[in-house]
Amino acid sequence: MSTQAAVARSTRTSLVIEPTSGWRALKLGELWLYRDLFWLLSWRDVRVRYRQTVLGVGWAVLQPLVTILVFSLVFGRLAKVPSDGAPYPAFTYSALLPWTLFSTALTRQAISLVSNSALLSKVYFPRLLLPLGSVLTALVDFAISLVILLALLAWYHIVPSPAVLFLPIFAAYALVASWAIGIWMAALNVRYRDVNFALPFLVQIGLFISPVVYGVSLVPSQFRVLYDLNPMTLVIQGFRWGLIGDAPPTPLMLISIPVVLLLLVSGVFYFRRTERFFADII
Amino acid sequence: MAKTAVTAERVGKLYRLGNTQDTLARTLADALMRSARGKDRKAQELWALDDVSFEVAEGEVIGIIGRNGAGKSTLLKLLSRLTEPTRGRITVEGKVGSLLEIGTGFHPELTGRDNIYLNGTILGMSRADVSRRFDEIVEFAEIDRFLDTPVKRYSSGMYVRLAFAVAAHLESEILIVDEVLAVGDVAFQRKCLGRMGQVANEGRTVLFVSHNLAAIKSLCTRALLLQDGKLVADGPVEDTVTRYLDLTWPLSSDGTVAESAARIGTGDAFLRQVRITDDSGKHIERVFLGQPFRVTCLYEVRKRLTDVVLEVGISTPDGIRLATALSSDGGGPLMQLEPGMHEITAELDLALLPHPQYVVDVAMHLLSGLTVDWVERAVQFAALNVAERGADTYPWHTVRGYVRPKARWFAPAPVRK
Repeated sequence: MSTQAAVARSTRTSLVIEPTSGWRALKLGELWLYRDLFWLLSWRDVRVRYRQTVLGVGWAVLQPLVTILVFSLVFGRLAKVPSDGAPYPAFTYSALLPWTLFSTALTRQAISLVSNSALLSKVYFPRLLLPLGSVLTALVDFAISLVILLALLAWYHIVPSPAVLFLPIFAAYALVASWAIGIWMAALNVRYRDVNFALPFLVQIGLFISPVVYGVSLVPSQFRVLYDLNPMTLVIQGFRWGLIGDAPPTPLMLISIPVVLLLLVSGVFYFRRTERFFADII
Repeated sequence: MAKTAVTAERVGKLYRLGNTQDTLARTLADALMRSARGKDRKAQELWALDDVSFEVAEGEVIGIIGRNGAGKSTLLKLLSRLTEPTRGRITVEGKVGSLLEIGTGFHPELTGRDNIYLNGTILGMSRADVSRRFDEIVEFAEIDRFLDTPVKRYSSGMYVRLAFAVAAHLESEILIVDEVLAVGDVAFQRKCLGRMGQVANEGRTVLFVSHNLAAIKSLCTRALLLQDGKLVADGPVEDTVTRYLDLTWPLSSDGTVAESAARIGTGDAFLRQVRITDDSGKHIERVFLGQPFRVTCLYEVRKRLTDVVLEVGISTPDGIRLATALSSDGGGPLMQLEPGMHEITAELDLALLPHPQYVVDVAMHLLSGLTVDWVERAVQFAALNVAERGADTYPWHTVRGYVRPKARWFAPAPVRK
């Protein structure tokens, strides 16, 4: 018997499997024990994302480029949406970048449990790893898009303001916001596949109730509180502030933070409460 | 006394049958209905496990057997923490590795190398564990040339070998294995069984579900039998297997064969009864050591049959055929049977070693190869450890093997007179 096994034996754990009811402890420490699995699962998703496609990672470049082109033509040229002084493509892309990060992360989280149902019904691991880890592919796409954005800024001779240093914080907030909703969606999707139909629709609407194709300045003041409850308002304004020298986010936009935290904490609790039956009903 | 590795106390698991495919609309509708009518559908409930209690000592290798739907998989799911029991409690001491399926989490687009890491981590190894045993795994799987090929290009045999190889190198103290040995070609199956035996000898605790009774018998010392969610037997593996076979194919004591018995054939004749008798025709249930015995078959023939060959087979309870006698052996006559009841008897001089149970299979064939009626396990008998007369007792308690051949021995002359 190897020494390693002997060590494992001396530090053995006793595990009790019994019915639980109601809310359960979060046991977030367990996630740390499974960190290797977390990385491998996330890495697997990244590795296989563009396998057996002709364009490969080119898709991560092509999609945003075509989107900017269409948005610039429709909203910039035809509808003449004001862009706070910046060229419209740079204006909309600096918003589309964090929005895509958020919506891709959210969509991937929502299907993370259902698409791994074989795994869920055969192996134990903290199920929370799946939605948490599925943001990694979105981050990879985000990194590629960021390079395109920098090229776009250079093309228009736009120099980012010093506030660009806050960009990682706003990006992180976009991810936290995607978890706040995504963890709920992932858990609900196990029981109610309605999520598969509702979510693309919600994401589409979200694009228009976030300042992606237009600026915050266009929103009537009586709707501002409601509008700022959307966490992406803060994120997008933060991106425009740093990248194209738009106005900084207003203090009112911070009101989305408690909302996101509330959704996140309640989502994790709901997830833990329902995860014990995932294998039975998925 | 060894420490306990697994303790199950009155474990129960309830499943609701029927509409498991919930939709939001249905849930809302149900909630409304329930408040309007009070109680909802109670009939559609199933106790997949019901009041199951057992203990497994550290280092013990336990087989779990039962028919499909008996609750074996549910038990493994509970032990693997995939779902919670509805009642009762299971305590597990030590790290658990579950193999409910091999190749769980394999991704077809990834290479063999990548999948070894992925699958190993999914099964509960750390990345460092996998690295340390990587070469062993590759060697066991015999796929070193294809290590950097995506597994979707693997043959199914290679795929299975790789998957088992990863699983076989799990280092958990308690191993839960579900029917994963029934894969690959015969040589690889043997290798897997060998590996399982090795794991068992390392002093690890193994809970092993299989329909392969021979594998269960060779690997396990003790077995649990589940039926309809209940634990109906828990004891030495031989006893539990015998009990399982009795439950699965009940044998009538007087050798009457029901028309409904599982049988194969054209139906032109039906076996009605099989009796074991001694050479004077007296009914016996036990055969003395070395005693010739007779198998008498009563057939109801429904159509005139010519060129009939009768077959009597002696098998072990778990289905290994030990001996076959055909009425046509050695130029024996072909039978001709008119409609009606007919008794056909075979006398066998078969020196069987003492075992509590042997079963008799009886079949009627036509010379053309057509099978008229074929009944397995038609009757059972025991072979005793004592001869009918004289002191020809088999001296050991446990007997290996089934047949005592007539042997001649050539030995050196005795040293002492």
